[in-house]
Amino acid sequence: MRAFGGLLLVVLIAQAPGVGLGAEDALEAEVRALAGELRCPVCQNLSVADSPSEMAKQMRDLIRERLREGDRPEAIRAYLVERYGEWILLVPPARGFSLLAWLVPFVGLGGGLAGAGLLLRRWVKRSPATLPGVDGVDPTYLTRVRQEVEERKWT
Amino acid sequence: MKRLLLAAGLVLLPLALLAFGLTRDPRVVPSPLVGNRAPDFTLQLFDGGQVKLAELRGRVVVVNFWASWCLACREEAEALEGIWRRYRERGVMFVGVNVQDKESDARAFIREHGKTYPNGPDFTGNISIAYGMYGVPETFVVDREGRIQHKHIGAVTREILEREIERLLGARGDRA
Repeated sequence: MRAFGGLLLVVLIAQAPGVGLGAEDALEAEVRALAGELRCPVCQNLSVADSPSEMAKQMRDLIRERLREGDRPEAIRAYLVERYGEWILLVPPARGFSLLAWLVPFVGLGGGLAGAGLLLRRWVKRSPATLPGVDGVDPTYLTRVRQEVEERKWT
Repeated sequence: MKRLLLAAGLVLLPLALLAFGLTRDPRVVPSPLVGNRAPDFTLQLFDGGQVKLAELRGRVVVVNFWASWCLACREEAEALEGIWRRYRERGVMFVGVNVQDKESDARAFIREHGKTYPNGPDFTGNISIAYGMYGVPETFVVDREGRIQHKHIGAVTREILEREIERLLGARGDRA
């Protein structure tokens, strides 16, 4: 019980600074969330949230400033898309040509599964017929082979 | 035979897409701004005063984004200044927007290259973001109606500036 009380105290202390910074933290989280969706213009495949470049910092400042002024994240995103094009979005929108990026993986997966299923079915169906068969073999050869196998067995 | 063709298609199509992707420069950012209204801005100039783009309506304006640390900006400095001096009499305006720079370095750059057209810093980066800029230097040519008619990425040359300015000056008579 005492251990539990101590733990509770630790948890409370750890959270205490967060109480005062609540609003700022929430704003920062929002800035990070939007910046994480944006492609940093001066980097290769890095988000505005992750890039240490001056340009990305200025973009984060702009996002923070506009959020403070009460702009909605969608409005800020739309503003940046208007200026940089959809290029700036790390996740392509699910329409137009970019829709391909969303569909192709699933089409590929579906096609692959269907292909594998078809092949499996064909193999299962064909297997009895293709086992070393006795159809169409001259019976005289057959008896001879059997005979020779029998002979070998005992020598 | 049919199956072979199908398999070849399945392999070749993604390969073709990949090959196409590799021919494209990942650093080139397509600008949706060309043909649209040039975002307005007010630039506080290094030597006092300010330039407001909206007040330059009726004139052909060249907006150049630069930084003192950028080599290509050094390369194009002479062309910009030369063409500015040649066309200022005909009402063409040049504006230099200094980005991601130190003020002392920027001033030294202006002195070194004898720039005489208005230059000012974009401390917050808001002007560069408004212009969808991703790297210096970038040059925008704005027509008399305030629409962006040309965007040049990298060091601009006399030939390009001349061609674009002449095109816009000729478009609706020379009023200057």
